[in-house]
Amino acid sequence: MSDFETVAATEDQAARRGVSGEPGTPDRVGVPQRPRSLAGDAWRDLRHKPVFWISLVLVVLVAAMAAVPSLFTANDPRDCLLSRQHAAASGGAVFGYDFQGCDTYARAVYGARASLLVGALSALLTGAVALVVGMVAGYFGRWVDAVLSRVIDIVLGIPLLLAAIVLLKRVSTSSDTVRLFAVIFVLAVLGWTTAARVVRSSVITAKEQDYVAAARMLGAGNGRIMWRHILPNALAPAIVVLTIALGSFIAAEATLSFLGIGLKAPTISWGIEIDAGRVHMRESATPLVVPSAFLALTVLAFIMLGDAIRDAFDPKLR
Amino acid sequence: MTESVVRPTPASPTPPGGHLLEVRDLHVEFRTGEGVAKVINGVSYHLDPGETLAVLGESGSGKSVTAQAIMGILDTPPAVIRSGQIRYRGRDLLTLPEEQRRQVRGKEIAIIFQDALSALNPVFPVGWQIGETLRHRDGMSRADARRRTVELMDLVRIPGAAGRLGDHPHQFSGGMRQRVMIAMALALNPKVLIADEPTTALDVTVQAQIMDLLADLRRDLDMAMILITHDLGVVAGVADRIAVMYAGRIVEHADVRALYRAPAHPYTKGLLASIPRLDVRGRELSTIRGLPPNLMRIPTGCPFHPRCPYARQVCVDVVPDDLVLADGRTSACHFAQEVHDDRAR
Amino acid sequence: MFRFVLRRLLQMVLAFFGTTLIVYALMFAGQGDPIQALAGERPVTPAQRAYLTEKFHLDRTGVGGFFYRYFDYLRNLLQGDLGQSLTGRSIGDILAAAWPVTVKLAVIAMAVTILFGVTAGVLAGIRRASLFDNATLVLTLLVLGIPTIVLAPLAQYLLGVRWPLFPPTAGADPDLYALLLPGIVLGSLSLATALRLTRTSVAENLRADYVRTARSKGLVRRRIIGVHVLRNSLIPVITFLGVELGNLMSGAIITEGVFNIPGVGFNLFRGIRTEDGPLVVGIVSVLVVVYLVANLVVDVLYAVLDPRIRYE
Repeated sequence: MSDFETVAATEDQAARRGVSGEPGTPDRVGVPQRPRSLAGDAWRDLRHKPVFWISLVLVVLVAAMAAVPSLFTANDPRDCLLSRQHAAASGGAVFGYDFQGCDTYARAVYGARASLLVGALSALLTGAVALVVGMVAGYFGRWVDAVLSRVIDIVLGIPLLLAAIVLLKRVSTSSDTVRLFAVIFVLAVLGWTTAARVVRSSVITAKEQDYVAAARMLGAGNGRIMWRHILPNALAPAIVVLTIALGSFIAAEATLSFLGIGLKAPTISWGIEIDAGRVHMRESATPLVVPSAFLALTVLAFIMLGDAIRDAFDPKLR
Repeated sequence: MTESVVRPTPASPTPPGGHLLEVRDLHVEFRTGEGVAKVINGVSYHLDPGETLAVLGESGSGKSVTAQAIMGILDTPPAVIRSGQIRYRGRDLLTLPEEQRRQVRGKEIAIIFQDALSALNPVFPVGWQIGETLRHRDGMSRADARRRTVELMDLVRIPGAAGRLGDHPHQFSGGMRQRVMIAMALALNPKVLIADEPTTALDVTVQAQIMDLLADLRRDLDMAMILITHDLGVVAGVADRIAVMYAGRIVEHADVRALYRAPAHPYTKGLLASIPRLDVRGRELSTIRGLPPNLMRIPTGCPFHPRCPYARQVCVDVVPDDLVLADGRTSACHFAQEVHDDRAR
Repeated sequence: MFRFVLRRLLQMVLAFFGTTLIVYALMFAGQGDPIQALAGERPVTPAQRAYLTEKFHLDRTGVGGFFYRYFDYLRNLLQGDLGQSLTGRSIGDILAAAWPVTVKLAVIAMAVTILFGVTAGVLAGIRRASLFDNATLVLTLLVLGIPTIVLAPLAQYLLGVRWPLFPPTAGADPDLYALLLPGIVLGSLSLATALRLTRTSVAENLRADYVRTARSKGLVRRRIIGVHVLRNSLIPVITFLGVELGNLMSGAIITEGVFNIPGVGFNLFRGIRTEDGPLVVGIVSVLVVVYLVANLVVDVLYAVLDPRIRYE
C-alpha cells in the first residue's frame, strides 16, 4: 500500500544498484597515515549535524513522555466532561478540550506510551528475526540462502496494509494488552525483511574478510565465528535500519488504530485521537492538529535519526 | 659509454613547425575533504605525427590523469589544473572555450579506456554507440552511419560485424568489447589516439591481439599514439619512446631500445628488474621496496628517495632537475649517469 | 526474453496460489464460528447465515473440507464471482463502480509524481550538494516522515475547510477537480520517494565510466545527460513507478477514506469499519491479483529497459 511506503524500503531499492567507480579521480590517492575507526569517523561527522541533535532530543523527549507522562501534564486524559466539549484552553489544558470534553494535550501526552511501546517492541522483535534469518542466510549461503532469500522476497511482496488488515481482523479480543501485542506481532511478522536483507549482505561482506578466514583456520567453530566476528559487523547497519523502521512502525500502528483495526479505546493512541479529531474538524481543529503534530514529530525524529546515522556510517555518499 | 651529462633542462628542443601534441609543465591537484593531493607535478612530454609514446607508471603515478587532462574530461571538482599548457598543433587546449574544446575530442584526439565493459553504455547496442559519434559529430545520416559503423567494426576485426550491430556490450567477450571501444575511438579519424591501459582487463593471449591491432591501426591510419600502461612487457614491441612517471612527474624519458638497454633512473631500473625473464634463470625476481608515496604528502627532494637504493643526502634535500644524457634522453635523478653506467644492479 | 517472461509468469502463478491460500486460511482456519468471524460483532440473520454457509461451503469441515472450500473460492475468484457483501450487494458490482474513481485518483497522483518528483530528482541529481538539492532532501524527508493519516486530514482541514480552495470531500461520482487535492496528497508520498530515487540514480550514473566515454566522444552535455545518463538512471525509477501505480490502482485506503471518495480503498475502509467480512475478503483477493499482475508487468518492463537482465 502506498500509504505505508517506508523510507527504509525505498532506500533499500536504491541501494540494490551498485555504484561504479569514480572516473577522474586518480587511480589511487594515498591513504591517510593514521588509521581511524569507522565509528570514530561517524561520530565526528554526527557531532556537527544539527539534524542529529534535534532528532535525538525529540526521541529522548518522547521516550520520557512514554515513561512518565505525568511529568508533562498534571491532567488526567480520561477525565472527560461533555460540558467542556471543545472548550478553550484553561488551567493545565493548554490546547483546550476535544469533542468528548477531554484535555487534548493530556491525551496526546498519554498517547506516546502506546506508540513507543509498539514501535520499540516491534523493532526489537523485527531485529531479532532479521538478525537470525540474515545471519543464517548470509553465513551458510548455498541452498539455505536461496530458500531464505525467496522467503524474504515473498514476504516483501505482500502489501503491508492489506496483510495487516487480514491478520488483525482475526483478533476479536477486547483485551487491551492482547490487542497491543497483536499489533506488535503483525508489524514484526510483516516488517522484518528489509532489516534481514541488510544483515545478510553485511554478513556476506564480513565473511569474505581475511580475519574470518584466519579465525576459521585457527579452528574456531561456526558459532564462535558468527558470534565474535560476524555479528559485530552486521550490528551497526541493522541498528540504522531498525531506527528508521521504528519510526515506520509507530506510523503503522497509528494508521491501523486510525482505521479501527489496531488499538482500540480505552487505550489512548494518536491514531485514534486523529480519527476522532478529524470527524469534528469543522467545530475545532486543535483535537486533530495536536495528536497529528505529536505523531508526525515522533516519526520524523526516528527517521531523521536513522538517516543521519546512516549518512555518517556510509561515506560513499558524503 | 659515450653518453655523458651535457646540460640540465629545459626539455628537448622543439622541431620546426612544433610538435603535434605537447604537454608543458602540467600541474594538477585533487581537492578532497581529506586534503589536497598533488597528482601531477610538472609533467612535460610531446608527441610527433606517426609515433608511439608509451607512458609508464604504477597506479597513482598520474599517467591516466594526464591523459584525461589532454582530453579535457577531468572531473572538476575535485580536479584542479593549477598550471601548464597542453598544446595541440600550436593551440593551447587549456585556454580554449569549452565548445571548441569539445570539437577537438574524438575528432582530433580520441581515447580508449581500460575497462570496456563499464566504459560502454550498458543499455545501448554497440552499433548505436559507434554510430552516435558519426551522426552527432559528423552529421551523417542514419544509413551512412550504419554503413560506416560496419566498416569500422570490420577494421578492428570483429567477426560478422554487420550481424552484431544490435548486440549490447555485455554480449561481447572482453577482447571484442575492447575492439568495439577502439572502433568507436576511430570513428572520426583522430590524429592522436590515447590508449589508457587498453589491455589490463584482458587475458594474456587477447592482450597480444589487441596490442597488435593497435600497432597495425596506428600504422595504417597514420595516427600518433600515446600508450598508457604499467606493464613494461606490453611496451617493447609497440612504442618508439617511453616516458616513465612517478608521483606525478616524468622521471625518465628515452628511446625504447636505449631505455631497455640501460635505464638511467633507479625507478626504471627497478621496474625492469622486476619483469620475469625467460633467459635468466635461477635468479631471484627483484622488487622495488616500499610503497608509492602518499600524494598528499610527497617526500621532500626526490620523491623516489625513500625507496631508492642510490639515495644519498642530496636526494632528501634537493629536487633533481631533468638531466639530459648524450642522445637526448632525460632522467630526473641526481645520479643519472651513475645509474646508467651501473649495469651490475 | 520469452523464457524470461515465461519464468516470471510461472513464479506469479505460484505466488498467486500461495498468497490466496494464506489469505483464505487466515480468514477461515481455526475459527470457532466462521460465520460470526466474517460478520464480526454484528448479529447475523438466518438468511445471511444460510447464504454464507452455502457460499463458502461451511458445512464441509476438516482439512479436506478446507481445501475443497479453498479451491471453490479460487474457482469463483477466477470466474469473477466475488459473491455478495453482508448488505446484499454484489461485490463485483461494488468494485466495478469503485474502480474508475480509483483509477482517476491514481492517474492524478502519478501525474504529480512524474511531473514534479522525477523532474526535481533529475535536477537535484545533476546539482548534487547544491542549495536546491539540499532543500529537496529536507522536504522529501518531511513528506516521507509524515504519515498519511496526518497529511490527509490536515490538507483536508487547511485547504478544504480553513481556506476552501478545494472541496473538502469528494462524495459520490466526483469530478476531476474534487479529486485534485486527494490526488496530490496521495501523490506526495510517491513524489518524495521517486524524487530521492531519481536523485540517487542520476548522481550515481553521472559518475559512471560510460559518461566519461560519452564526453570523450565530444558529445554536447545536453545529450550526455539527456540520453546517456537519463536512459540508465530512469530504469529503477520507472520500475518504482510501475510498482507504485499498481499500489495506487488497488486503492488508497486512508486517502479515499478521509476524502470520502467512493473508490476501492474507500469500500475496503467501509468494509473494515462495518465489519463486512465477505466484502473485505473479496476486495483483498482482487487486490492481491492486481498487485501480482502489477509486479509481473514491472518485471517485464525492467527486462525491456535493461538489456543486461534480458539475457541472464
